[in-house]
Amino acid sequence: MGIEVQRVSKTFGSFKALKDVSLKVNDGELVTLLGPSGSGKTTLLRIIAGLELPDDDDKGAVLFSGEDVAKKHVRDRQVGFVFQHYALFKHMSVFDNIAFGLRVRPKHERPSKQAIKDKVMSLLKLIQLEQFATRFPSQLSGGQRQRVALARALAIEPRVLLLDEPFGALDAKVRQGLRTWLRRLHDEVHVTTILVTHDQEEALEVADRVVVMNQSKIEQVGTPEEVFHKPASEFVIDFLGNVNVFKGRLESGRAHFDTLAMDVPGLAHAPAGHANVYVRPHDLDIDRQKNGSQSLAANIERINPAGAHAKLTLLGVDGNEIQVDLPFERFTALNLKPGELVYVSPRKVHVFAPEYMI
Amino acid sequence: MTLGYTLLYLTLIVLIPLSGLFIQTMNLSFAEFWNHVTSPRVVASYRLTFGASFIGAAINAVFGFLIAWCLVRYRFPGRRLMDALVDLPFALPTAVSGIALTTIFSKHGWIGQYLEPLGIKAAYSPIGVVIALTFIGLPFVVRTLQPAIEELEKEAEEAAASLGANRLQTFLRVILPTVFPALLTGFALAFARALGEYGSVVFISGNMPGRTEITSLLIITKLEQYDFAGATAIAVVMLVVSFAILLSINLLQWWFSVGRRRVA
Repeated sequence: MGIEVQRVSKTFGSFKALKDVSLKVNDGELVTLLGPSGSGKTTLLRIIAGLELPDDDDKGAVLFSGEDVAKKHVRDRQVGFVFQHYALFKHMSVFDNIAFGLRVRPKHERPSKQAIKDKVMSLLKLIQLEQFATRFPSQLSGGQRQRVALARALAIEPRVLLLDEPFGALDAKVRQGLRTWLRRLHDEVHVTTILVTHDQEEALEVADRVVVMNQSKIEQVGTPEEVFHKPASEFVIDFLGNVNVFKGRLESGRAHFDTLAMDVPGLAHAPAGHANVYVRPHDLDIDRQKNGSQSLAANIERINPAGAHAKLTLLGVDGNEIQVDLPFERFTALNLKPGELVYVSPRKVHVFAPEYMI
Repeated sequence: MTLGYTLLYLTLIVLIPLSGLFIQTMNLSFAEFWNHVTSPRVVASYRLTFGASFIGAAINAVFGFLIAWCLVRYRFPGRRLMDALVDLPFALPTAVSGIALTTIFSKHGWIGQYLEPLGIKAAYSPIGVVIALTFIGLPFVVRTLQPAIEELEKEAEEAAASLGANRLQTFLRVILPTVFPALLTGFALAFARALGEYGSVVFISGNMPGRTEITSLLIITKLEQYDFAGATAIAVVMLVVSFAILLSINLLQWWFSVGRRRVA
């Protein structure tokens, strides 16, 4: 089922949690809402669920397959909602938790006891907790609890699955496992899914499309590849992973920063002015000698060789800190030591001219 | 160490005075004892005391729940005042509340004058006893339920709603089972307090033997007539029955909390 959010705003007291936000989610898509805390992502999710009502202005609307549900109560929207802290019913067994949504249906819509049992057992199989039907939530690990919460939400055959930081309370390893599991599950069930997270790695890994939010607004919507490689704003590039920032100037389509000057095709016609130049640590290379390409002189401060990339912290001649991620082979081949003077050359830069952007 | 002090304290404060009670009854033969504790006047007083206490505690369980819910969940002007008001039955000397209740519910009182034409005699009737026992039991229910309601997860209710449950279903299937142990404790405390209540009841009940005479009053009456053995005999029955009831409520609670933790 496709979802459309049209020009929705939400105010809590004097705080504007959402400012005129519009978003379209296609049928069967897995979309992540990514942003720092307070960016409005959870509010947007809760408005889609019906747990929160948007500001009562004439513009805002929430459409499920074209039908306006803005006035519909959460219980009539048929949404599966999964909370960060599971919100399982503690006094019920795993089985009863999952069966809850089916048992509270009005009599004429309620499946038979056997049908409920079959449904719950098939969901238990789906979440790989078949032997745990009679356990209570307190007897499960965090990851297991969240899977039960997911099965409980899926039991009502929701038109859309909404997940609010579902893995936020779990440790890194479990999180990674559940993430891949969720992606596989989605490919199997194909229910339209919206997942809220503040973890950019999680967002980029599971999503068909990522919605980056900041300060109650949507900054960019795109595939993980698009938002990572073609960030639409300084916020997006800054939020999606480590990045080096150089203050520079933009003049007739060339960015000047430090001792370098690079062409910026996208901003060829921008007026001259300040520009911020962003370079990802893995888009920087290091050489001992100047090799003809444009480069910055810098001293190696610290080296952290643990991982697939060696992480180096350099100090530019003007005192600017520069982060470089070198492939481990390259790092061992160069045999770099702290204190050495090296030359850093960028392979790819992102230039944003603040005045021009606004 | 701690256990030792606990035992010593309990022995000094609870066990020794209570065993004195039992020893005192030993002066009676069993037949005498039985005669004392089963005379019609005494039996009528048991019925009134336990019945009115139970009804009062049950009324408090319902309305105390509402009050506790409002105090925890809603923010309204005067909330603090209402919160403080709940404790008043604790603090007020029981005789004062008894006199106040009698004045209000008697034939010409503020409320009594409207009940009288309806054929309801509030003061000087068993209804009056229920009113007094409800009054003094309220804080127990509210104060035990408040923390339990505060601990309720708002998200569990939202989850229930998102799964299609209406408010009643959410209340019966999610909220009530979660706070039930606390509700039971509150009920037990209010009930126990009502069983032993004396001051507030004697004014409003009218103390008609066999009709509105509560057991604690009967004990006092016997004492005033220097019938110590008779008084202690009744007291022993009260003690044993109260203990049995409280113990069974505790067992019920234990069963309830174990039930939800039982391993498959």
